[in-house]
Amino acid sequence: MTNLEKYNQAFIDTFAISNDQLENLAYQSIEAWDSVGHMSLIAALEEAFDIMFETDDIIDFSSYQHGKEIIKKYDVEL
Amino acid sequence: MNACDFEELLKIPPYSLNQQDKQEIFNARINYLNEFHKNNCPEYKSIMQNISPELDFIPVRLFKEFDLKSVPDNEIIKTMTSSGTTGQKVSRIFLNRDTALNQQKVMTKIVSDFTGNEKSSRMPMIILDCPSVLKKRELLTARGAGILGFSIFGTKKIYAFDDDMNLNFDEIKKFVDEFAGQKILLFGFTFMIWQYFYKALKNSNSHLDLSNAILIHGGGWKKLANEAVSSEDFKNALNDVCGLKNVHDYYGMVEQTGSIFMQCEHGNLHASIFSDIKILRAQDFSECSFNERGIIQVLSLLPTSYPGHSLLTEDEGEILGVDDCKCGRLGKYFKVHGRLKGAELRGCSDTYERR
Repeated sequence: MTNLEKYNQAFIDTFAISNDQLENLAYQSIEAWDSVGHMSLIAALEEAFDIMFETDDIIDFSSYQHGKEIIKKYDVEL
Repeated sequence: MNACDFEELLKIPPYSLNQQDKQEIFNARINYLNEFHKNNCPEYKSIMQNISPELDFIPVRLFKEFDLKSVPDNEIIKTMTSSGTTGQKVSRIFLNRDTALNQQKVMTKIVSDFTGNEKSSRMPMIILDCPSVLKKRELLTARGAGILGFSIFGTKKIYAFDDDMNLNFDEIKKFVDEFAGQKILLFGFTFMIWQYFYKALKNSNSHLDLSNAILIHGGGWKKLANEAVSSEDFKNALNDVCGLKNVHDYYGMVEQTGSIFMQCEHGNLHASIFSDIKILRAQDFSECSFNERGIIQVLSLLPTSYPGHSLLTEDEGEILGVDDCKCGRLGKYFKVHGRLKGAELRGCSDTYERR
């Protein structure tokens, strides 16, 4: 699996959504991505890439797209 | 600094301003919030018009009586409730994205000051509660909100109890062994910890070594006061059963989530730059002197989606000092003595109903 596929899979598994929903996905844009879902997503991403987010980045992780920028800080090339 | 520019405030370390320097920034933002809520929450405006002009708070009880919000319904993303027992009226607090985000940011800044100042102060976490507390996601209780808020500090997380509140001793033991040598965060509510963690450990013969852990707990002492357990007893008892040394209580309420008052190493509760506290005399709401008991008023710079920035609580407390706590944190520090006996607070909400 490529890193992008792993990244996508974390969202798909956590929120039980399909690939075509990812592009415009943002915090609170679907019911599953609420504050509880947010912590599950963070855990899934940390597990998938074996990284540990800083608290500021967890708070800042506001959308599928913006998350790509954040995860770069952890030396993950998507 | 622009009073509405919250981002600027977030750059200041939470206990780095003395009261005088803090006051200027603080008052500017409170004045802004006063006007903002008057202009956006008709009920709040009406309440403020009906109480004496020198009073700058609303009784916290009003959140049980009315749906107070200062943003349109379609902006509300989350409703939080106080953890009342069945049949009791609960507060309902409406959050929009901005307020929810600021709550999490401020809570993280405040707690990081106690868990270690590294940029990322996350650690393995044992949640001293049961998993079902987060099941009803659209309506978060104060307990759920606290757990969720503190979860940001957890890397690996486990719940200490099953849904029948039995202690998962073996699982905890395994977890503690796995992270031996690392600091572990324990979080929970005071009464739950006493009832289901401390008592279970005390009654078992097995030993748990949490001497390297930090416990943060909140949620009030009312139930424990009935068992005559003081803050000191609580700490000593936990130290006895699992070697815990690093224990911090916090004072906060669902109506001001985020800007919590943390207890320092010297046992004092501290106001950060995001919150403040006043102690008032019951007879005329004038401010008490230091070391004089009175009603606690809490102020917070966070609430924009609901008018909860200045509240008269139903708790009794006293200011112990300002800017000179031995722990080095600046601002006011204080002590809470528990619930007021009082019917005297009722008058305030009656004022509103009679308008």
